[in-house]
Amino acid sequence: MRQASKIAKRLAEAALLILAVIVFNFMLVHLAPGDVVDALSSGAFGDASEEVNARLREQLKLDEPVLVQLCAYIGNVLQGDFGYSPVAKAPVMDLILPRVAPTLLLAISSLAFAVVLGVAIGTYAARRPESGFSHSLTVFSLIGFAMPVFWTGLLLLIVFGVWLQWLPISGMVNLRLPRDATLIERALDVGHHLILPTVSLGVIFLASFSRLARASMLEVLQSDYVRTARAKGLPERTVLYKHALRNGLIPIVTILGMEFGVLLSGAILVETVFAWPGLGRLAFTSVLTRDTSVLLAILTLVSVTVILANALTDIVYRLIDPRLRVPEAT
Amino acid sequence: MKTRTALATLVGLALAQGATAQDDPKLRADNVPPEDRRGGTLVAGQHITVTHPIGTVASGMRNIAGAQLNAGLIRLNDDYEPTPYLATSWEFSDDGRAFSFELHPEARFHDGEDITCTDVAFSVKTSQENHPFKTMFTPVTDVTGGDSKSCTMMLDSEHPALLTALSPGLLPIIPEHVFNDGQDMQSHPRLTADVVGSGPFKLVEWDGNDLIRFERNDDFFIEGLPYLDEIVIDIVADPSTLALGLESGQYDMASLWSGDDIVAAEANPNLKVIDKGFEAIGSIPFIQMNLRHPNLEDVRVRQALAYGYDFDQYNSLVYAGQHRRQCGGIQSQSPFYNPDAECYEHDIEKARALLSDAGYEEGDLTIEVSTYPGQLQTAAEVLKQQWSKIGVNVDIDMHPDEVTMLSEMTAEDSDYQIGLVGLWNWGDPVIGVHRSYNCDNRKVGVAFSNMSWYCNEEVDALLAEAGAELDTEKRKALYFQATDLINEDVPVIYASNEVWYTRMQQDVQNPPDGVWGWMDSWAETWIDR
Repeated sequence: MRQASKIAKRLAEAALLILAVIVFNFMLVHLAPGDVVDALSSGAFGDASEEVNARLREQLKLDEPVLVQLCAYIGNVLQGDFGYSPVAKAPVMDLILPRVAPTLLLAISSLAFAVVLGVAIGTYAARRPESGFSHSLTVFSLIGFAMPVFWTGLLLLIVFGVWLQWLPISGMVNLRLPRDATLIERALDVGHHLILPTVSLGVIFLASFSRLARASMLEVLQSDYVRTARAKGLPERTVLYKHALRNGLIPIVTILGMEFGVLLSGAILVETVFAWPGLGRLAFTSVLTRDTSVLLAILTLVSVTVILANALTDIVYRLIDPRLRVPEAT
Repeated sequence: MKTRTALATLVGLALAQGATAQDDPKLRADNVPPEDRRGGTLVAGQHITVTHPIGTVASGMRNIAGAQLNAGLIRLNDDYEPTPYLATSWEFSDDGRAFSFELHPEARFHDGEDITCTDVAFSVKTSQENHPFKTMFTPVTDVTGGDSKSCTMMLDSEHPALLTALSPGLLPIIPEHVFNDGQDMQSHPRLTADVVGSGPFKLVEWDGNDLIRFERNDDFFIEGLPYLDEIVIDIVADPSTLALGLESGQYDMASLWSGDDIVAAEANPNLKVIDKGFEAIGSIPFIQMNLRHPNLEDVRVRQALAYGYDFDQYNSLVYAGQHRRQCGGIQSQSPFYNPDAECYEHDIEKARALLSDAGYEEGDLTIEVSTYPGQLQTAAEVLKQQWSKIGVNVDIDMHPDEVTMLSEMTAEDSDYQIGLVGLWNWGDPVIGVHRSYNCDNRKVGVAFSNMSWYCNEEVDALLAEAGAELDTEKRKALYFQATDLINEDVPVIYASNEVWYTRMQQDVQNPPDGVWGWMDSWAETWIDR
């Protein structure tokens, strides 16, 4: 019961937080000078007449007070309606839904790449802390963490896309792929395109996870229970992977949830550089085109995702470490 | 000269005789692919997102996609001469108030419905009610012919810009049976879904932020066209990615608007770069001045700034030397451009003398500039440095984007001083030039109106007369006079004539390099691969 009430309280806090995020983002976006109608009538979209601008503003209810617009917006969002995009001439969800999967694919791939490789590298370095490999890891971590993701992306593009021509420059699929390509061919094609964006986005996390894994495993490997396990004659592999790693992963899991928000913000840059058709790229173009409906929807969805990711982290954390589980009342 | 001479006969020919049907309306009939080279997919990269492809209700870069999807009544050749497209022949009445034309007998929409005068009438009416360029079809009162192929456009005044306005990018012919259902054209669902067009390619996939895919229209009314099976336009915001994509071969063609990327591309033996195309667009970066502001209301101050502007240095630093000199509001490759127009040649002493005469004390001016595209920041810095030499200190007011900047510049009683903006001529001065100078086009909240808030009744009268003059030589003379007066008043300093380059693989043949550039049909483009 206590567990259930704690979860319910956590969910209620999350809901309030999401509402606050919606209100904050809405006000921020609408307080900026200019609106989507201004964007539609400027530059490459095409110059618009006064009559058309006035008509559009009325249709989009942009001529109403901001607070009235906000209340209407919240009411619609609670019903799952994120509005209409006058830029794309389509409901907002029609634009967002097809892009969720590409972004999730990129995010999960990058995280998996960073976690798996980071933990492996960190664990290896922890076993030989004074080796050249371990010191190299320190340098690599510093460089990897300092490099902006878009710069990493461009460098990878130049080396692997232009000089070596091993990997594609942009997009998620080969634009010349025949229409009758099989599912396997399409999957391999997507995988081929996924490599560079994944590495670009993942490098920064690889750097921090490997460093963190090294430090965490170093500490764990000094523990009494690890010494006991070795004294009992257990194989080193069992000591490492069955006993030490589980505790060594705890800081990684903690950081994982917190880094998810950073990951999504990095995805905006990576998706733009690689023309990856995900939410990040849509967010970028929505900023440029003042497509506030789309932008707000993405911000809301990302906020929900980050909040849920943190909640999930908390749960997983408790599963890994039984000391954190709340005992039943007796 | 060739262009101007050819155009000098344009309206005369059209008036006197009318165009006659041609057996082959291709503009590149001298470069036809062999059978084994037809087909294939052309992948083009561009960096501008588009909202929808229907240029009947809005202007802008949508016309790149729009011209593949929809045909116009005529196309302009390299000499700005109208050539048959949907209209196979035409003639003006003696008084210029009736324009009669025949539609191609085989022309059909992508859903199989015939293209008739009803569709032309609907397209014109839709443009009149929605398109921002009101001057294109204001004189048109009716289009008769109904469901036949023999149409007449009735005009209430002479309209020399009419033929230009009938280009695919300005009046794409849209299906009346699809759009005439009472829904608002600006938000009509069929703008991007189940799109039915009249052009050489059918829309297969539409995402204006991402990717546009076309497949050939097998029933296109011009025999043998299009040559390509498929066109894919990949929309990529990052110009670096576009450049790398071209180098790696992922793209066959990429849009580019000058700068260091041009220089790099020209050095690549696998690529070719052309500066031909888009002349009718006529993009001119403006150094726009607000004549309402006390610091700029004296014409001597504005002239001083013009003399203080050093084009050669500006072009070199901002555009890697890729732009051309511009000395008037009509772009320098238009037949209506005065090649002898007085240009303000860089002269620091003259600038200082003018400022002294005007009693201008050393003070600050503010330049409004948008951070996107990035080269505008460099432009503002260069101007700051150039004008400091004539005793004018400049502050730079950076805006996050063009929308914010234009909102400020067009606000009621805006006190902006100088803004860096870009305007396009759109083929004929009536369409894209008059708007920057007409007294009655000083509009609050309307971007690309007369944002200098300039008014000269004599200029207004000259522009109005030129806009209705059918004799090309007389028209040119009127525009020359107007240009001279505007140049004297200097509401705007013309920073340059912006050249739009196209980079492509060596095997791309018949690239869209006509006067409308990419905003014309790619039906004759093919790949020698």
